[in-house]
Amino acid sequence: MDKEPILEVKNLNVTILKEAILSDISFSIEEGDAAAIIGPNGAGKTVLFKCLLGLMRYEGEIRWRKGVTIGYVPQRFQIDRTTPISVREFFQLHEGNFLFSNADVEIKKYLKMVELPESTIDERLGTLSGGELQRALIGWAIYDGPNVLLFDEPTAGVDVAGEQTIYNLLHSLQDQLGITILLVSHELNIVFKYATKVLCLNRKLICAGAPHDTLTQAQLEKLYGEATYYHHLHGHENEV
Amino acid sequence: MSTEFLTSGFFYSLIAGLAVAIAAGFLGMFMVMRRMTLVSDALSHVALPGVALAIIFNLNPFVGAFAFLLFAAFLISGIERRTDLPTDAIVGVLFSASLAAGVLLTPEPDLLEALFGNLTQITALEAWIIVAASIVMMLVTIVLSRNLIFLIVAPDLGHVSERRMKTANLIFLIMLAGSVALGIRFVGTLLMGTLTIIPAASAKNIARTLLQFGAASVIFAAISVMLGMAAVYFMHIASGPAVILSSVAIFLLTLIFRKPI
Repeated sequence: MDKEPILEVKNLNVTILKEAILSDISFSIEEGDAAAIIGPNGAGKTVLFKCLLGLMRYEGEIRWRKGVTIGYVPQRFQIDRTTPISVREFFQLHEGNFLFSNADVEIKKYLKMVELPESTIDERLGTLSGGELQRALIGWAIYDGPNVLLFDEPTAGVDVAGEQTIYNLLHSLQDQLGITILLVSHELNIVFKYATKVLCLNRKLICAGAPHDTLTQAQLEKLYGEATYYHHLHGHENEV
Repeated sequence: MSTEFLTSGFFYSLIAGLAVAIAAGFLGMFMVMRRMTLVSDALSHVALPGVALAIIFNLNPFVGAFAFLLFAAFLISGIERRTDLPTDAIVGVLFSASLAAGVLLTPEPDLLEALFGNLTQITALEAWIIVAASIVMMLVTIVLSRNLIFLIVAPDLGHVSERRMKTANLIFLIMLAGSVALGIRFVGTLLMGTLTIIPAASAKNIARTLLQFGAASVIFAAISVMLGMAAVYFMHIASGPAVILSSVAIFLLTLIFRKPI
């Protein structure tokens, strides 16, 4: 593979109020990767995403390959459930002429892709369940046909069964559309199952590589501290 | 309808009142979605000292009101950015301060009119200027609506830069100040904020989509003015309370036909 990487990050530094949130991060992502970024709370994962999206000031270099467009599913999407906005109108936000656009065919296509019934288009965004909303957001993020999808905590607020569906969905989207996926996750067992590459982050990049080579006991201890990693690895397997 | 009616001061008041209410109703939709209803209420009070100064210095009250409202809009968003105070705390301070100062400043004979509005003396020229200004405010807000909805519904989606959302917000506040300043003439500083909010709140009761929300809000605002003005015409009561009570009646009706959650 001597193709140019789809994303190259070199010496990325972010300082907020004199505190180093990210220091000296360097990594690259190849096309078609499913890269998982793991790390404890406050490790700078969301900040890293914001830098990648160009929403935050940083020092260093972030280079996306030419022609790359990015879809983003945020960690917290708090919609006031009483807001009268239909799924159709939510998707129409993509269109320049917004409420006066007619994109039903296109919208339904994407709803189908994320395994929501076509009739969802007429529903109010606020009436969707947590899992449905998450899928609608994924559909929304891929609506513009991005070749990279950034996904912050895909399964926060979704139960275990819903979690599996969402990961299966991401997997099939990747097969169908060839999208490169970067995701932040706390679920180590899922990282093992789906990710082709893992980046361990705790303000610094602690390790990077294929999950099975990278996520050794020693590395996880370094990343999470002894007590936590054990819980992470085994606690969730029992639930499933 | 007789031609006499069509050239009467009352007719011009009706036209101008309709235009202002429709623009305000449309803006109100965004205020309700942002849970900023109190802001618009307080904003309308801030206009009072401006109106008072305009009366004292013999200027058009609109000029004084608009200047003060604009200043308040910037002040609110400025304080909001700089402190952790919730908006309603900032607004609460501004609201009482300006009402107190305004009541002291306003010459006694003009006070009632400044507080509750009066629409009998309005010229044709004034009416058409108000209509034109309202149309401009509506159009600007429609153009802004996509960015505003991003700001309200999905600020975290990273689709529109924060700077563009902030700019949209600032222009929106200026439009709001403009609509309040125009409306003070009709319903007074005490009640104008309410005219922005009640039709939108009623619309939210029954709307399922943004389009329905906007349309219902505008229609309710228009009906409120027509009902209120009919009451003014036939019962010779003050316009502000008449219009506001009509909109409250509509609000109560929408409660009955509320959509199930």
